[in-house]
Amino acid sequence: MTVDLKYLFEPKGVIVTGVSSHPGKFGSVALHNILSCGYEGKVFAFGREEATVLEQKVITSFDSIPSNEVDLMILCTPVGVNEELVRRASEKGIKAIFCAAGGYSETGEEGLKAEKRLVALAAELDLVLAGPNGQGIVSPPASLCAQIVAPYAPKGRIAVVSQSGNFVSSFLNYANQTGIGISRSVSAGNAAAIEIVDFLEWFAIDPATDVALCYLEGLEKGRDFFERVKEITKKMPVVLVKGGTTTGGQRAAASHTGSLASDSKIFEGMARQAGITRAPNIESAFEIAATFATQPLPDGPRVLVLTTAGGWGVVTADAISQSSDLVLTPLPRDLEETINELLPPRWSRNNPIDLAGGETRDTIPELLSTASKHPEIDSIIQLGLGIQGNTANLVKNGKFYPEHGLERIVNFHERQEKRYAEASVEASLASGKPILVASELATTQPNNPMVRNIRDSNRLCYASADRAVSALNHLVRYSSWRNQSN
Amino acid sequence: MTTASESESRRIVENAGIPVSRWKVASNPDEALNAAREIGFPSALKLNGPSIAHKTEHGFVKLNLKTEPDLLNAAKELLENEVNDSNLIVTEMLSGSREVIAGVVRDPQFGPCVMFGFGGILAEAIADVEFRLAPITSYDARDLISSLKTNGLLEEFRGEEALDIDATIDLLIKLGELAEDEQILSIDLNPLIIVDGLPIAADALVELKGETT
Repeated sequence: MTVDLKYLFEPKGVIVTGVSSHPGKFGSVALHNILSCGYEGKVFAFGREEATVLEQKVITSFDSIPSNEVDLMILCTPVGVNEELVRRASEKGIKAIFCAAGGYSETGEEGLKAEKRLVALAAELDLVLAGPNGQGIVSPPASLCAQIVAPYAPKGRIAVVSQSGNFVSSFLNYANQTGIGISRSVSAGNAAAIEIVDFLEWFAIDPATDVALCYLEGLEKGRDFFERVKEITKKMPVVLVKGGTTTGGQRAAASHTGSLASDSKIFEGMARQAGITRAPNIESAFEIAATFATQPLPDGPRVLVLTTAGGWGVVTADAISQSSDLVLTPLPRDLEETINELLPPRWSRNNPIDLAGGETRDTIPELLSTASKHPEIDSIIQLGLGIQGNTANLVKNGKFYPEHGLERIVNFHERQEKRYAEASVEASLASGKPILVASELATTQPNNPMVRNIRDSNRLCYASADRAVSALNHLVRYSSWRNQSN
Repeated sequence: MTTASESESRRIVENAGIPVSRWKVASNPDEALNAAREIGFPSALKLNGPSIAHKTEHGFVKLNLKTEPDLLNAAKELLENEVNDSNLIVTEMLSGSREVIAGVVRDPQFGPCVMFGFGGILAEAIADVEFRLAPITSYDARDLISSLKTNGLLEEFRGEEALDIDATIDLLIKLGELAEDEQILSIDLNPLIIVDGLPIAADALVELKGETT
């Protein structure tokens, strides 16, 4: 059964333990992050000595905490005192604990015993226990940054769970860079009570979340993980990066089948079968999750490539042909006739649609709108935008600007880029089909008006066509998996 | 763990509806000859008994026997090995230039798994195989086949028909059902030879839990 984690991510009040006047202590850092990222619930700081820290009174007992006004406790205190604190907090009606403190099973035999006691105590008191030895929780819908590391992240639809706290930070850094935000994030730590798959199950029923992003190292109950994840992926895509290998052990060795089996092969097969979207690395995992979070799911594999000129279309067509799940669809006849009316005769007359520089003011928006509605097209990759913005940039920084009519032309270029970006998003929303815009300007010139406008519309501008193709390939594969599973 | 004899292994997979080459057990050279006459020449002759794995490496396999004297000589030679509790198995020589491999293995983490991939003598070197957790659906089986790197080799090839994907899916689903039998620790169908597009097991090796049955 799904464990209810709402008190971890939507607590009405928080206690932080281990707060002292030393601003570098975990308790103090967690307190700082909670207070400065806009959390509006009640916050109580607990420490060994009475003090005022960050304008907050530090309490040395829970007596002054009103009953049932705090749901969550962030434990940043040493192993020896935590069980007592859990009992006292439970008397005050808390529902969930995030144990950031280390010193548990990761340190050896004694730590393992303490961890087991903590897990048993939480079970006895009916408390949700996350961690120990984790970096914390971020929950932008609740304006909550209850973690001992940076950064906080903008609000969005991606829920992160990671066996490495540092990769939580990596994912959140990408969220800040791209503006594609986070609904929840948690560093699972030792995952002594609440495991990765428990978090995933809850994300699947969390109304704030559309896609899960997960970094996984070890697995102990592989079959159980598989059985549960394949139910989760029926509701929500799960993007996963796997580090290290699972504990293998001995398989029947006399057989060829056994000798050909490896942990990574079996994990890969399991992941495909469970509908997991497996990413090769952290960066692409974020990009794929961000694509799921911001684009509609395609109904099928047929891709149309739209480019303002030349080489871009060619290499993108190559990448699509080499992809496992995408089809560079032949240009539908009726669409060709429509385009003939919009463009001078030198356009490509096939897929990719290469405008060959023949577009006028309204061509791109009209073309996008028409093409995206076509029943034989499932998705579009759009290339070659940003050129006018790039030109505007050079002119603006040149010595003749703004004289000689240059201001007018710069404004025109920038307006056009805005129109293109808006048209792409509008066509996607109207048709319910993914439209991915790719340009190196996404990273080389993040201030390009096209890039900026795509970002402002809460979508990604992909730094290369390859990356757009790869992300789209994952959407198509997942969509096909989901259609057969439901 | 016990390695079932080839005849018992064949019976197990055949009962599950998986196609295997024609075969017959013989206890002496004359019976072997009669069996070969029934099955047709050329035929293959192997030593058959429990706990005989890696027959080729031990020289327990005589392939492509074209004439009756060849077969009789091979039978006598094999029986000279005097392996306990063994007899002979005569099988049809399937003709097809492409081989695939399929099987079942139990993974300590994930339980029973079905494997399929490119086979033959280079199978272990190329190692283009894929696994799925048993039981499997037809979607899983199709996805498995299409995710092989060398799946182009399974298309129409030098006048030979392409691998019949539906028949292969059916075979993999049946292997998945067999894998749910906890007595079965592993299955090797190596090779399966593609004959008129259909994968047919030319050999079968089943490992069972516990002692010989």
